[in-house]
Amino acid sequence: MHAEHIKHDFEPKIVAFVCTWCTYAGADLAGTSRMQYPSNVRVLKFPCTGRIDPVFILRAFQKGADGVLVSGCHPGDCHYMAGNFHARRRFAAFRALLNFVGVDLNRLQFSWVSAAEGGKWVDVVTELTERVRTMGPMPEFKELEHEEQWSTFAGTSVDKSTVLNSPELKEAYDSIG
Amino acid sequence: MSRIGVFVCHCGENISRTVDVEQVAKAAGEIPGVAYSCDYKYMCSDPGQTLLKKAVAEHKLDGVLVAACSPRMHEKTFRKAAEAAGLNPYLCEMANIREHCSWVHEDRDMATAKAKDIVKLMVERVRKGKSLAPITVPVTKRALVIGGGIAGIQAALDVADAGHQVVLVERDPSIGGHMAQLSETFPTLDCSQCIMTPKMVDVANHPNITLYTYSEIEKVDGYIGNFQVTVKHKARSVDESKCTGCGVCMTKCPKKKIPNEFDQGHGMRPAIYVPFPQAVPNTPVIDRENCTMFQSGKCGVCAKVCGPGAVDYEQKDTLTVEDVGAIVVATGFKLYTIDRKPEGSPIQGYGEFGYGTIPDIIDGMTFERLASASGPTGGKILRPSDGKEPKQVVFIQCVGSRAREKGISYCSKVCCMYTAKHTMLYHHKVHDGQAYVFFMDARTPGKGYDEFWRRAVEEEEAVYIRGMVSRMYQRGDKIVVMGSDIQVGTQVEIEADLVVLATAVQPQDGADLLAQKLGISYDKYNFYSEAHAKLKPVECATAGIYLAGACQGPKDIPDTVSQASAAAAKVMTLFAKDKLERDPVVAKVNEKYCVGCFACKKVCAYGAIEEKEIRDRQGNLVKKVAYVNPGVCGGCGTCQATCPSKSIELDGYTDEQIMAMIEAL
Repeated sequence: MHAEHIKHDFEPKIVAFVCTWCTYAGADLAGTSRMQYPSNVRVLKFPCTGRIDPVFILRAFQKGADGVLVSGCHPGDCHYMAGNFHARRRFAAFRALLNFVGVDLNRLQFSWVSAAEGGKWVDVVTELTERVRTMGPMPEFKELEHEEQWSTFAGTSVDKSTVLNSPELKEAYDSIG
Repeated sequence: MSRIGVFVCHCGENISRTVDVEQVAKAAGEIPGVAYSCDYKYMCSDPGQTLLKKAVAEHKLDGVLVAACSPRMHEKTFRKAAEAAGLNPYLCEMANIREHCSWVHEDRDMATAKAKDIVKLMVERVRKGKSLAPITVPVTKRALVIGGGIAGIQAALDVADAGHQVVLVERDPSIGGHMAQLSETFPTLDCSQCIMTPKMVDVANHPNITLYTYSEIEKVDGYIGNFQVTVKHKARSVDESKCTGCGVCMTKCPKKKIPNEFDQGHGMRPAIYVPFPQAVPNTPVIDRENCTMFQSGKCGVCAKVCGPGAVDYEQKDTLTVEDVGAIVVATGFKLYTIDRKPEGSPIQGYGEFGYGTIPDIIDGMTFERLASASGPTGGKILRPSDGKEPKQVVFIQCVGSRAREKGISYCSKVCCMYTAKHTMLYHHKVHDGQAYVFFMDARTPGKGYDEFWRRAVEEEEAVYIRGMVSRMYQRGDKIVVMGSDIQVGTQVEIEADLVVLATAVQPQDGADLLAQKLGISYDKYNFYSEAHAKLKPVECATAGIYLAGACQGPKDIPDTVSQASAAAAKVMTLFAKDKLERDPVVAKVNEKYCVGCFACKKVCAYGAIEEKEIRDRQGNLVKKVAYVNPGVCGGCGTCQATCPSKSIELDGYTDEQIMAMIEAL
């Protein structure tokens, strides 16, 4: 399995929140089997998908992720018995919320990848990367961040159209982190 | 934490071939807070570890990141090295730039960029890391073995011989399992009963073994070193302490025509019975569904004839709670039966074979009983329909096994060997008979196995036909077997007197339910999953629970016994210490912020969360908060993601750590 290495105009940033026992091990298996997939994904390891707070996903989008993958053990196979069920329930509700606030749900993928499914890991990552690539960069939260910047000056009489370009503001903004 | 050391490994060429490790080390050195960075050919080697230890001392490092392989591979190695250098082991992390980077991306620039990112993320994780102290829990040096077949018996005897107490729980009225049912065993043709029954007696007489037959596991609480197991003792209707095993009740029981499960339904037994004459314990049990006394209230013969007055119709199921430190699961297997396909099972049957409707089509275990000296025919090979000696017997292999389209893709491992054995046993008993075997492959890996199979083919005149059977039907008193011979490329039709199917090995009924009680994982067939296929073949992912025998996958007797002894060794290793150290990745409650909503308690699969009362100096109740029992906590963190007030936190995966990693994206 060799993915073609074409450099695209837009390389999406994909963040994967995975559990240690199934998906992380599945990704390891893809590695030991030398399967090739796009290098856009950054993996964050959790003990269990049950640990994944939806806030992390929001923050990832806010910090420039164009796509987020959440992946854990298959139902019934959870190392912690039921963590993935809690995660599933949480994400069903969370997706509805994201949809409500206007985030394209195609940017967020939830999947089950077991420790034995190196191939599935490759498929899931490749598919999500390609899908997000065609969708373009994640705009909403980046814009939201700019708005956050505006709100700092809410109530003042500063001309907002010029203020964004001032180096002072940029410094102040950067320090907020 | 501000003095972090980053060590980038070449892994020979595994990483450096696609990742520019020098560049990664250089970039890491520029991350604020990184005091030292370098690259080295083999970080996991002795010189590599020495390099790490030296750097910690020389550069006064207070956190270490090793960018190398998967933490699943070498996290322990580097944490040990960090500990030796005077650091808390939990301040050492690994960035996986091999499995997740160099091995899966060929483009050097992209792989290098990704490796830098991974290092950057993980540096943040190290920065926000906390020193953790291992948790110690006491160990109850008493083991539970579930299942009294050869696997359970071997494991129980080994642990008991080492001087530890063992509780052996078997759900049938006698221990012995499938091995007691077999006639002779391959490849030595040892009489199965002759080697099995002495071991059964050893179990019954062992001072360190508490044997519970006709009992099942009701509930399992606790954790490694400290399990509380509730065992349900099903009502036997016979008082074990009074019964002498004389057997008068069985001979006098008026109901005698109940198909005997031990003989695969081919022999008959009374309603009060022991499964087989060599049963251990030799205490009968009343089958309440078939007993006239329980069905109509009129009989009571067994109670009348029982000298010691052991029969007790009023007996009830009882429960006991056993404290144990380790559990060996040895629940074994059952044979796939086409006619009794479980409801809702994805496994397709073999309707075309007519099994279940044609009486002379039997499975391998039934043939074992026919060939066994203690079986329903006294060891004569007689076919079930009319008791005649079959002169042409067709054996069909891989019925169910290796048939993806029918629902089971695995190989059942023992059938090639037992079919070869069956042809021999048949040939030894019916000299003028002919055995045919339809097979696809002969799989005989084992000591003396291939020689044994060749003997069946070359010396014992079994005719092996490579090909599968498509259909079978009854013609007169014969069974017409229609198959193909793919080596010659022709269709074959054999008129058989008896057909023996080598049906697939499946996990025992209820294996999934037991797994749920134990909290261990199982595959789609309900075979139990080991923690690591190669390096932890007898351990479950759940600590303190070990596997033995065919409950994990099809196995022959030597493999089963080896694994049972291995499981026993693991139990003894655990029992060698008085206290147990466990991973300190557990949740902690911030009592100041906890509002006592106990949402965490609802989601905790381990029952680790308790209610704790906070009182003032006068003893008045101020509030109730959650408390996590660190010995019970599994460390999944579901509670933390659930907590609405963010007052519970999983060590090692705190919000601060994860947020820092996301910020570094």
